Amino acid sequence: MADLKRDHIAKLLSKGVRADGRKFDEMRQLNIQTNYIRSAEGSARVQLGNTDVVVGIKLIVGAPFGDTPNTGVLTTNAELIPMASETFESGPPDRESIEISRVVDRGIREGHAVDMTKLCIEPGKEVWIMFLDVHVIDYDGNLFDAANIGANAALKTAVVPAKRAGKGEDYPMPVQHTPISLTAVKIGEHILVDPTHDEERVADARLTVTLLENGNLCAMQKGLSGAFSMDEVFRIIDMSKKLGAEVRSKI
Amino acid sequence: MGGTPTDLKLIDENGRRLDGRLPDEMRPLRIEAGVLKRADGSAYVEWGNNKVLAAVYGPRECHPRHAQNPTRALVQCHYNMAAFSVDDRKRPGPDRRSQEISKIISEALTHVVFTEYFPRASIDVYIEVLQANAGTRCAGLTAASVALADAGIPMRDMVASCAAGKVANTVVLDLGKEEDNFGQADIPVGYVPRTDEIVLLQMDGDLTLDEYKKGLTMAVEACKNIHEIQRDALRRRYQAKSMEAPAAEPAPAQQEGA
Repeated sequence: MADLKRDHIAKLLSKGVRADGRKFDEMRQLNIQTNYIRSAEGSARVQLGNTDVVVGIKLIVGAPFGDTPNTGVLTTNAELIPMASETFESGPPDRESIEISRVVDRGIREGHAVDMTKLCIEPGKEVWIMFLDVHVIDYDGNLFDAANIGANAALKTAVVPAKRAGKGEDYPMPVQHTPISLTAVKIGEHILVDPTHDEERVADARLTVTLLENGNLCAMQKGLSGAFSMDEVFRIIDMSKKLGAEVRSKI
Repeated sequence: MGGTPTDLKLIDENGRRLDGRLPDEMRPLRIEAGVLKRADGSAYVEWGNNKVLAAVYGPRECHPRHAQNPTRALVQCHYNMAAFSVDDRKRPGPDRRSQEISKIISEALTHVVFTEYFPRASIDVYIEVLQANAGTRCAGLTAASVALADAGIPMRDMVASCAAGKVANTVVLDLGKEEDNFGQADIPVGYVPRTDEIVLLQMDGDLTLDEYKKGLTMAVEACKNIHEIQRDALRRRYQAKSMEAPAAEPAPAQQEGA
């Protein structure tokens, strides 16, 4: 089955087309709905083609890490629940969901999306612990970017619930950057952005590049057992710059 | 990463780093092949203050059976840090970081192993970090490749691995521990010299495109040198053993679909 599909997709690609008619450097339709979950401090539902994720942000008061007494704490988690795909299983997170959550986390953290020093309540004693949870409800490929977009959108609309916790007045999440990731896969000699599930299944290699507004790189992750040449890596960075700016303007 | 403020001067007025290295200089690297008796293949890497062991078992029956691939072998890497390998004791067992590292190293090694020779089998690679001082995933991948070759697993080539990064606004090779903690960026790279391919690539921190290109190029060049040291380790191991068994150099170059 996989071989048949692979042949079919490869044949189309050699003619310069993708199964859903997109160009190689074209993303799917993106839909973002913020403030989707009332019980969360910030949330977004992101539909990227048929991929559908809900990102929710919760904050609690807790202790800072010893080496960063003046900054809040970010914890990112991804749940690939069985309803989203026949390939997902319930239970503790597997390597796939760990990788997704760590790559999303790396983009938000290293891109300094949030000024974490403004999530400090009392240095060394109390800070806000921020939980960024990615819930995948329908899976059609490219969870990395759907989750990254959802995280950025949810952060933009999040409110720090200080009043509820008896820590003064509520204030908006101190967002300062929007690090946007772009994921591309390599199938044979072809590089395609925003892969569908079928494209991911036959892909040789995958690269996620997260860039800031000024074009600087803040995170990167290569995956799957294929390889990239240096030129291919640079090409994907270029695509990320162009497409990431378009995505950023929609958040 | 992330440029935590520090009084530490990571690069001095002579352009030297904390341990006296120049920006494009690697820490001393020593590799030994065949250091364990029980494993089918093994290697020991001492890289600066890193001490890393790699062992290979297999090809052998794959468990759990539902994980078997009817057409290929599964290369399964398990990266683990000893509790005493870092300053603050590490809680034993797999954490999220080690699971991610295990995944990307498995994927990098899968690319070079002729997995189609061993359908349904598993090739298990165990990386044990005994002493950690930044760059353990690169040391682990470098060691694992030598261990696979030592186990006689047919491979396209060995993967060599090294990181570049940025400290004190300078692009440097092979970050040390303080540089990793207080630096501005880190780019671990796994590279296959024979095919000029990148099989492991990560990055975190803040880099301009030019800095990134410089760092990646620096890491790739270093990997070519590391590859020589890997080959030398195998040569030393099998020259000494030449009376016992035929040498198990990596499989001859054979261009196949990636």
